[in-house]
Amino acid sequence: MTTGTQTAQPGATVAVRALTKRFGSRTALDRVGFELRSGEVAAIIGPNGAGKTTLLSIIAGVLDPTEGEVARPSGTGRFGWVPQEPALYSKLSVAENLRLFARLERVSDPEQAVDAMLAQTGLTDRAGEEVGRLSGGNQQRVNIAIGLLSEPPALLLDEPSASLDPRQRERLWEFIAGLAERGTTILFSTHNVAEAERYASRVLVLGDGELLFTGTPAELERAVHTEDRTPGDFETAFVRFLHDRGH
Amino acid sequence: MRWLLVKDLQILKRSPLLVALLVVYPVVIALMIGFALSSPPGKPTVAVYDAVPSGRGAVSIGNQKIDIAHYANQLFDSITPIRVSSRAAAIAKVQGGQAQAALIIPADIIDQINGLITQGVGSPTVELFLNSRDPLERQFAEQAISARASQVEQAVSKQVLRVAVTDLRQVLNGGTLQFLGQNVPILGLRNARAIVQGTIDTLPVNSALKPALKQVVNFADLAIGGFSFATPVLGSIGSPLTIRQVELAGRTTPTASYAAAIAVIVSLMFVGVLLAAGLLALERSENAYSRLVRGLITPGGLLSEKVLLAALGAAAVTLLMSAFVSLFVHLDWARFPLWVAALVLGGLAFAALGVAIGGLARDVSVASLMAFVLSLPIAFVALVPGDAVSGTLKSILDAVAFVFPFRAALQAAANAFSGAAPGIGWPLVHLAVLALVFGALARLAMRRFSAS
Repeated sequence: MTTGTQTAQPGATVAVRALTKRFGSRTALDRVGFELRSGEVAAIIGPNGAGKTTLLSIIAGVLDPTEGEVARPSGTGRFGWVPQEPALYSKLSVAENLRLFARLERVSDPEQAVDAMLAQTGLTDRAGEEVGRLSGGNQQRVNIAIGLLSEPPALLLDEPSASLDPRQRERLWEFIAGLAERGTTILFSTHNVAEAERYASRVLVLGDGELLFTGTPAELERAVHTEDRTPGDFETAFVRFLHDRGH
Repeated sequence: MRWLLVKDLQILKRSPLLVALLVVYPVVIALMIGFALSSPPGKPTVAVYDAVPSGRGAVSIGNQKIDIAHYANQLFDSITPIRVSSRAAAIAKVQGGQAQAALIIPADIIDQINGLITQGVGSPTVELFLNSRDPLERQFAEQAISARASQVEQAVSKQVLRVAVTDLRQVLNGGTLQFLGQNVPILGLRNARAIVQGTIDTLPVNSALKPALKQVVNFADLAIGGFSFATPVLGSIGSPLTIRQVELAGRTTPTASYAAAIAVIVSLMFVGVLLAAGLLALERSENAYSRLVRGLITPGGLLSEKVLLAALGAAAVTLLMSAFVSLFVHLDWARFPLWVAALVLGGLAFAALGVAIGGLARDVSVASLMAFVLSLPIAFVALVPGDAVSGTLKSILDAVAFVFPFRAALQAAANAFSGAAPGIGWPLVHLAVLALVFGALARLAMRRFSAS
């Protein structure tokens, strides 16, 4: 069994190699492997129970794999992690939450990092407000800001837009696009296939713990052999893709 | 860990209602329990061995008899007596847990009382054996017997006083005194005075009135005897009976300080368990756990932080409470370092129990409810007097009390406050071991955090 975080090959920000995770007799992930490059935005899609959250949790270091390894470029810190539900202390203010995690992350200048994140997420004027009083969208922004405190090479987001309204979702993706433009690799899971098609440059399709496909959304559509499919309908292509493979 | 401590303190500071409830509620509960335990209802069960032969329970004073046995029976109004046939059997009842005390009335108690009343010497004594294993029961039995014994003493004293006053009136006014089975007429001081005065007034000088003067002389002798008889009688009125107490096991804890120890430990338990359980469950309900344990802090470090904060918080609250209680109840301030040791180690054990509970709960409200529901039986099991239940149940209760921190913490605090038995060393070691065991259980429970 090989576990732990190893050094990725040159050019790869995230390298996942033969990851397997078993919970008792159930195999949640089965030899999943892929690499992501700097600034790449990748979406993990798949039906419920496919292993999306398990895969992200292992890459984030929350769970240990049964087998396999996760690699990152040498000299970089741990990946940023944004769990599905905001992982924040609701009784603390926005700034206090950021300051706490900056200190726990051993960021060299916590105050500077807090100020930078407040500015980056547009929350400077809400810095002193208790997180519990913020809207869901603003809480998610703080949640992401904490994931970015240590300036990670890659940011992992588990269904980041699940609890947001359309306007908040739009702002979230604008923010994430900006991060990717600055070189941060983005890996997110989502149930919203249209969102994956729209914002991801690459999709990873998981089914029953297996990595069934990795490529661009367009490549996934082309991979589906069907006559009745409406051209450009990514969601239908995705469902057919799963169906063709017995999922 | 330092920043997590700061964070938890900030959160507590912003939850004043919760903190107030966490402190005030257990203190109120603890004081109520302490009050209730220091005023136990009902009658204590007392093994009684009365060695006085039947029909010999009366004391003769002058020409009157006082039935001591009649008054002694009043003692039994305030106890549930178990009559036994020997001193050893009475002691065995206490040692076996069937009685809370044993009262031994010696065969010569009537002679002793007679000696005191007629000669003013001696100290009539009964023996009272008390079970000091449970200070509350000990105090309960002692109070019931002493209070009733005091009433019996007063009743006997009143009777003795009545006899004495009657005798004095006879000396003053005259009458008849039974002496060696014969009625002896007593003239009385007033009559004697009248006779002497009349004689002096009516008889010529040098008259031969020897018989009348002889009467005066005789009366004077009797009066002297009567007064000298009355003196020890009156002297014995104060406390004719001495109760000699014997402790059957170890030293005793003064009840008030023991009740204070109970109140303090109940508070320590509530604050320690609830705070630790709630603080750990908070990490889960705020979804922060997964973020923390991915390299920011180890699960063991997180547990240690919660245990430390809850233990020190609980110890601080209960130290203040102890200082306040010491204004009303004697607690030995010279042993203050032992107070600190008992409350800090007790706090650590309770906090470790709290994180074990918090490790099982998904959110703060569930953790608090579980902590509350578990804490009360733990306290009650530890407080059930060993002698109140029979063999198997007693063993089960002892085993349950042994695996939770309440009894050990109570023993440590009782010793710290007043030097009560048993010593403080073993309870402190016991608490330290329990802290480690519950800490390990909490670590196991936290695996569910990651798996879920």
